Amino acid sequence: MSAQELASKLVSNFGDLLSGPTEFRGEWTLVVRDAERIQEVCAYCRKELGFDYLVDISSVDNYGDDPRFTVVYELYGYGHRAHLRLKTDVSEEGCELPTVTNVWRTADWHEREIYDMMGIRFRGHPDLRRILMWEGYPYFPLRKDFPLSGKPTELPEVAFTRPAPLEGGPFVTVSGGKDTIAREPRARLPETDSLQTISRLERSRDFDRADEQKNNINPKQ
Amino acid sequence: MSVTVREIEFKDAPARLAQAAPSASAQQAGSAGTPQGIEDLQSEKMVLNMGPSHPATHGVLRILLELDGEIITKATPDVGYLHRGDEKIAENMTYTQFIPYTDRLDYLAPLANNVAYALAVEKLLGIDKALPERCQYIRVICCELARISAHLLGLGAFAMDVGAMTVFLHTFQEREKIYNLAESLTGARFTTTYTRIGGVSRDLPPGWVEQCRKFLDEVVVNFDESEKLLTRNRIFVDRTRDIGVIPKEVAIDFGLTGPNLRGSGVDFDMRKAHPYLVYDRMQFDVPIGSVGDCYDRYLVRMEEMRQSVRILRQCLDQLPGGPVNVPDGKVRLPEKERVLTKMEELIHHFILVTQGVNAPPGEVYFGAENPKGELGFYINSRGGGTPYRLKIRAPSFVNLSILSWLLPKHLMSDTVSILGSLDFVMGESDR
Repeated sequence: MSAQELASKLVSNFGDLLSGPTEFRGEWTLVVRDAERIQEVCAYCRKELGFDYLVDISSVDNYGDDPRFTVVYELYGYGHRAHLRLKTDVSEEGCELPTVTNVWRTADWHEREIYDMMGIRFRGHPDLRRILMWEGYPYFPLRKDFPLSGKPTELPEVAFTRPAPLEGGPFVTVSGGKDTIAREPRARLPETDSLQTISRLERSRDFDRADEQKNNINPKQ
Repeated sequence: MSVTVREIEFKDAPARLAQAAPSASAQQAGSAGTPQGIEDLQSEKMVLNMGPSHPATHGVLRILLELDGEIITKATPDVGYLHRGDEKIAENMTYTQFIPYTDRLDYLAPLANNVAYALAVEKLLGIDKALPERCQYIRVICCELARISAHLLGLGAFAMDVGAMTVFLHTFQEREKIYNLAESLTGARFTTTYTRIGGVSRDLPPGWVEQCRKFLDEVVVNFDESEKLLTRNRIFVDRTRDIGVIPKEVAIDFGLTGPNLRGSGVDFDMRKAHPYLVYDRMQFDVPIGSVGDCYDRYLVRMEEMRQSVRILRQCLDQLPGGPVNVPDGKVRLPEKERVLTKMEELIHHFILVTQGVNAPPGEVYFGAENPKGELGFYINSRGGGTPYRLKIRAPSFVNLSILSWLLPKHLMSDTVSILGSLDFVMGESDR
């Protein structure tokens, strides 16, 4: 059975809960409108539609949009060899959705990683701890408002560094900017309107101040 | 007389406790003066901190082992010691600029990572099917050389961990030749950065094909030697057979991929199931295991290397001529001479270097069959030359997550066999 057929089967079973399916580059994507029911949809996919292999779970931070986060599930079935993507939005306030560890055990580490990097919590996860960063690290580094250069923590020389040399510079492309035709290179300002440059300027100022105060953590950050 | 390690019967902790309880109460009834210490000794657990710097953890994996005597009752793997934030870095640079970072994922097979990443970006651009023939063949050659190199190391290190030192020296001799080939191909031995979006950085140098053929003839001899040292070696077999058994269903449930999945008897290979590049033209077999123990995983890797040699021979025979890059100057850098003399190419060059290739908005996932398993890239693009989000699905990371299920009820010394047979790389796991 092809991914398209499986997707439409899923839609016919859950109706309004799902929107789509949409196709891009031969991959089919379904959006689960209510993140609270993701577990139910996943369990159906595994039991009834034969998606026995959860390839990956990723998360996207749509900074500035509401809802802020998107959690992306890549499903695959060894029987029918079809790939299907499920997406669901998670708002910044709740920042929580049900776990799928009871559907696929491999979800355990993927969900821990998302919690670690994005700060999205998975309700019912057996052991939701940080996995790549250390226990007690205060930030979620893959969020878009976390600067590339890092933030100060109690371990000054370990946990933060100087701004990356090219960050925000004239030749660094910013994601989601205009396409190539729209941004004629000679007329292009170094993305002065973007948040990134402003935060970069602020940060470099803070670093200068931090130099003066010698390891005094700046409360503004 | 054949005594395998597994023939030593040991029960799980609750069963042992249940057995110990009646005898203890009987003793108490019999004589009031039973030493109190015995019961305490039986239930006392020791926590052993294995790693992050331990020769068998092949990098910086740390496992917290809870031991009851010599038997593991609980294992908590701890990863992240090599975390560099590659996914964050990727969001802040163009697609081409990220290629060197892929070398450092599975640093035992950088060429295969380069190819997987380039293919993922090309899928987003919609040009993955339009690559020149020669480019596709060269990329397959890269993948298979990387597979041999990675498996040779995995095998050598595995054998050394369970006590067969010679194999390690044998396999490293051959890996050296692969590094020489990589050096003459890419200019670097480890950090190859060979692919580009829409092609490869340079064509094969003169005489390289002959060098590669010579290597293939030599390496098969080496496989035979290594196999003679291991496959029917009593010590090796005793330490690996029936140790670390992963049943088929569990392997799928934990999302294992690559040789670890095939060792458990699942007949699945991305190169066969969803052929990318020119794998659909290649004739090769996919070896699978029957039991899913450490020995099966070893056999699968051994056979995969032979199949890689088969694929490489076919590639070298069929290798067509022609360009190695897509002709589109908006994807792949134009020829340097033309950049210096023609206006059009100069503009393309400038835009590509400063802003990167103009990718359409959308999202793709591409998984490639790498030596360690399925290396996947999920790219979320909002247009422009930078990914909005790039998620790396690292096979080692997923393969390691089974440890907390797999290790309990094994002997402490089996940890070494199991880790060796899972063949992970922390650079990829921690990203």
